[in-house]
Amino acid sequence: MSEVILSVKDLQVRFPLTRSMFTKRKYLYAVDGVSFELNRGETLAIVGESGSGKTTTALAIARLIKAYAGQVQLGDIDLLSLHGSELRDVRNRMQFIFQDPYSSLNPRLRAEHIVREPLDSQGRLSAQDKEQRVDELFKAVGLRPEQKRLFPHQFSGGQRQRIGIARALATQPDLIICDEPVSALDVAVQAQILNLLRKLQSEFSLTYLFISHDLGVVQHMCDYVAVMYKGKIVEYADRLSLFNNPQHSYTKELLAAVPTITL
Amino acid sequence: MQDTIHHIAPDNSADAILLSVRNLTVELTTRDGVVPVIDNMSFDLKTGGNISFVGESGCGKSMTALALMGLLPQPAGRIASGQILFNNEDLAQASDARLREIRGNDISMIFQEPMTSLNPVYTIGEQIAEVLRRHRNLDRAEATAKAIELLDAVHIPSPASRINDYPHQLSGGQRQRVMIAIALACEPKILIADEPTTALDVTVQAQIFDLLTELQEKTGTAIVLITHDMGAVARMSQDIIVMYAGRKAEQGTVAQVIRQPAHPYTHGLIAAVPHLLPTITEERPELLEIPGIVPPLSQFGQNRCLFASRCNYATEQCRQQRPEEISRENQHITACWHTDSLS
Amino acid sequence: MNDSTHISTDEPVLRSRHPFVETAEMFFRNHSAVVALVVLVTIVIAAIVGPFFYPTDPFEMVWAPFSPPGAEGFLLGTDYLGRDMLSGLLHGGRVSIAIGLAAALMSVFIGITVGALAGFYRGWIEEVLMRITEFFQVLPTLLFSMVLVALFGASLPMITFAIGIVSWTAVARITRAEFLRIRELEYVTASRSSGATNAKLIFSVILPNALPPIIVQAALMVGSAILFEAGLSFLGLSDPNVASWGQIIGSNRPYILDASYTVTIPGVAIFVTVLAISLVGDGLNDALNPKLRQR
Repeated sequence: MSEVILSVKDLQVRFPLTRSMFTKRKYLYAVDGVSFELNRGETLAIVGESGSGKTTTALAIARLIKAYAGQVQLGDIDLLSLHGSELRDVRNRMQFIFQDPYSSLNPRLRAEHIVREPLDSQGRLSAQDKEQRVDELFKAVGLRPEQKRLFPHQFSGGQRQRIGIARALATQPDLIICDEPVSALDVAVQAQILNLLRKLQSEFSLTYLFISHDLGVVQHMCDYVAVMYKGKIVEYADRLSLFNNPQHSYTKELLAAVPTITL
Repeated sequence: MQDTIHHIAPDNSADAILLSVRNLTVELTTRDGVVPVIDNMSFDLKTGGNISFVGESGCGKSMTALALMGLLPQPAGRIASGQILFNNEDLAQASDARLREIRGNDISMIFQEPMTSLNPVYTIGEQIAEVLRRHRNLDRAEATAKAIELLDAVHIPSPASRINDYPHQLSGGQRQRVMIAIALACEPKILIADEPTTALDVTVQAQIFDLLTELQEKTGTAIVLITHDMGAVARMSQDIIVMYAGRKAEQGTVAQVIRQPAHPYTHGLIAAVPHLLPTITEERPELLEIPGIVPPLSQFGQNRCLFASRCNYATEQCRQQRPEEISRENQHITACWHTDSLS
Repeated sequence: MNDSTHISTDEPVLRSRHPFVETAEMFFRNHSAVVALVVLVTIVIAAIVGPFFYPTDPFEMVWAPFSPPGAEGFLLGTDYLGRDMLSGLLHGGRVSIAIGLAAALMSVFIGITVGALAGFYRGWIEEVLMRITEFFQVLPTLLFSMVLVALFGASLPMITFAIGIVSWTAVARITRAEFLRIRELEYVTASRSSGATNAKLIFSVILPNALPPIIVQAALMVGSAILFEAGLSFLGLSDPNVASWGQIIGSNRPYILDASYTVTIPGVAIFVTVLAISLVGDGLNDALNPKLRQR
C-alpha cells in the first residue's frame, strides 16, 4: 500500500504570554493536539484563517520552532528527538516553499547559488554534479539557463517563486511544505505556479503539505484537507467529502463565505 | 455549460449619472520618461451605482482611484487630458482647496491595509470625530455622538465604550469597519474601496461585503470597487471594467463579462483561477495560464495591443495598431481586434 | 499556452547585474555626494603623498614665528614657534585621518560582533550584551576618553582606543536591529531548513544583507572620530610627538586672536574633511536604501 511519509501525533505548540517572574506563566495554545498522516505522492492541505495555527504547525513539523509535546515522524525518523548535526542532516529531507517571493530569496546571491545552497549544506555531490543538478532544476521549473547568473531583483514575482521551488526540489526531499505559495502572486501568475506544482508532483511523485487560506486553490491542489480552527483540526476529510459534504459548522461557514462565480 | 451569476443586480438604469469620466489620461514621470499610466479611460457611474475595476497589479486600477480623489503621487503624476465630471463639476480642473473639500466629504476611500490606514496614536472615536469636525463643523460633543452612531452602524459592539479604544486594540476586521465608518461619516456620494478585503480572512471578508451592501442600501452611496477577485466583483457589483496596462480592455455588466468575456485577458483572468464550485468533481483540469507578466511602465502608451505578447490570438495587426474600443450589444465594450474569434 | 515551461518571449534577456553595480550607479547619480567624494579623495591623497613631496618636518622651526600665509615662500605661513603650517597640515592630515579610520574600524568591529550576537541569539545573550551597550551609551564619552588617555598616556594607539571604545554603541544597535529584522525573513528560514550552521547563517546569510546601514554609519563615524580626536587634542590630550590637525589647533590656541590663521587653517581642513565624509555617507545611504531604488 501507500507509504506514510509524515506522521504527526498530538502535536502541541505553546507560546508563553507573560514574562513576569511572580505570576504563573500563561500560555497561548497555538497548536493544540494536532494529528494526521500523509502518504508519499499525495497532498494534504491545511486550511484555516489567520491565527488558526496552520503555519505554526508547519514550522513545528520542520523543527523551525519548538514543539511543546507530541510526535512527528518523517519516514522512520523521530524528528522531535533530534539535535545538532543529526537535525541538520535531516533538514534537507524536508523543504519549504514560502509565501513571499520577495523575502524568500537572499538578494545578495545569484539564482544558481540560491538553488545550489541546499546541495552545499548537504555536501554530498561534487561541484560538477551540483552544477548539473542546478541545470536540471532550472529546466524543471521553467527557467532559462541564461537566467542562472541573475540576481533575485531581476526576476518577476512568479519567476522568483520558480526559483524558490527549484531550491525546494534540490535535495529531492521527502516532504515539501508549501506555505501559502501563491497568495502573494497575481492571479495570472498563480495559475502558472499551481500548474507547475502539480506537474512536478506527478513527475517526481512529490509529497506536499499545503498551507493555504484560499479554498479555491486548496480545492484544486489537495487530496486531503484538514480544517484548523483555534489550534485544533476541526475537520479532516478527503477532498470530495470535505467540499461536497462538509460536516463541521466551521467548515460550512468557511465554504459559504467564499464569494464565487459559477461557470 | 450554464452560466449564472449569484448576485442579481438591481436595476438602476433610471438613475442620474453622478460621475462621468471622459477620456482621462494620467501621466506619470518615471526614470524612463513620461508614460500614460491611465490611457484614455472613460466610464460613467450612476447615483447609488456599483462599478468594479479588475486587473493584475500594475494595470492602473489604483491609479484610477487616486485620480478620482485628486491624490495622484506628487510631483510625478498629473492629469494630462480628459475630464472627471462629478455633478457636472470637472475635478480634473479643480483647485487643491476644492479637492480637499470634496475628499472625505463627497468622495471617500477605504484601503487594503486596515492595519496601517488608521493612525495608531489617536482613539478611533477621535479619528471619526475629526472628519466630522472638519467637514461638518460639528462641535466635540456632537461629533462624538455621531461617531458612536457610526460605529453602531458598522456593527461594532457596544460602540459607546469602544470609541475610546486605540486601533491596536481592534482586530483586522474591526479596523476595516472603523475605516468604513470614517469613510461614510459625511455620507459621501461615492465610496472608493481599494482591495478592501484582501488582507482579511474569508469569513471577515464576507461580513465586510455584507456591511458595504447594507450601508449602500441605507445611504445610497455609489461604490467603486477595486479588486483582483472576480468572486468579489460578482458579489458586489453590477458593472465591471477590466483594465490592462492602463487601458480599458473590456467593460460591461458583470453578467455579460463573466458569462461571455469579449477580451482574451478577461477570459484568462477568469479561467486562471481555481474556483470553488458548488459541486467538486474528481476532474481537475489544468488551469489556463496567461504567460508572462504585465508590461513595464516604459511600454505603456505604445500604439499596439499591449496584451499581444501574452495572447493566444495575437496577430500582426495586434502588434502594429492599438485596438479601438468596440461596442458590442448592450454597451458591452471591448478593445480587441479578435473579439469575434472568442466564442 | 498551457506549457508551464514556456516563459514569455518578449522579456529582454537581462545582463546579470550585481547589486553592487546598481548601488554604484545610484551613488554616481547623486551630484553632491560625487563632489564630496572627489574632495575627500583629494584630501586623502594629499595626506598620503603630500609629506613625500613636502618633507619639511612639521616640528622644525623654519622661520620667524607668526609669518602670515604667503609670506617668504611659506604658503600657509608659520605658527607661534615658526613652524611651517603647510607641513603641519599635510603631516597632520595623515595622522587625523589614520586615527579616524582606525577608531571607526575598531568600533565597527566591536559593534558588529555585539550586535550580531545579540540579534541572532536573542534571549539572555541579548539581554547581557544590550545592557553592556547601554552602559557604554550612558557614559559621558569625552570624559571617559579623557580619563583613559590621562591614565594610560597620550600615545596614538591609546587615543585611537579611547575613541573607538566609546563610539561602537551605535553600530551595535543598528546591527542588532538589522539582525532582528533579517533573521525572520524567509530566505534565512530557507537556509536554516536546508541545514545551514549558525555560523553560516550569521556570517554569510544575514551579515551581508545587514551591511548597508552599517557601512553608512561607519563612514559617518570616521568623520566623528576625526572630530573627537581634534576635541581631545584641543584639550591638550594628544600625542605631543605627532602632529595632527587637532594638535595644531590645540597648541596654537593661546594665539587665536593675534594669529587666527594658525587655528583657522587646520580647522577648515577638519571641517571640509568631515563635511565631505558626511556627504559621501549620505550618498551611500541613498544608494544603499532599497526603498529609493525601483524594484
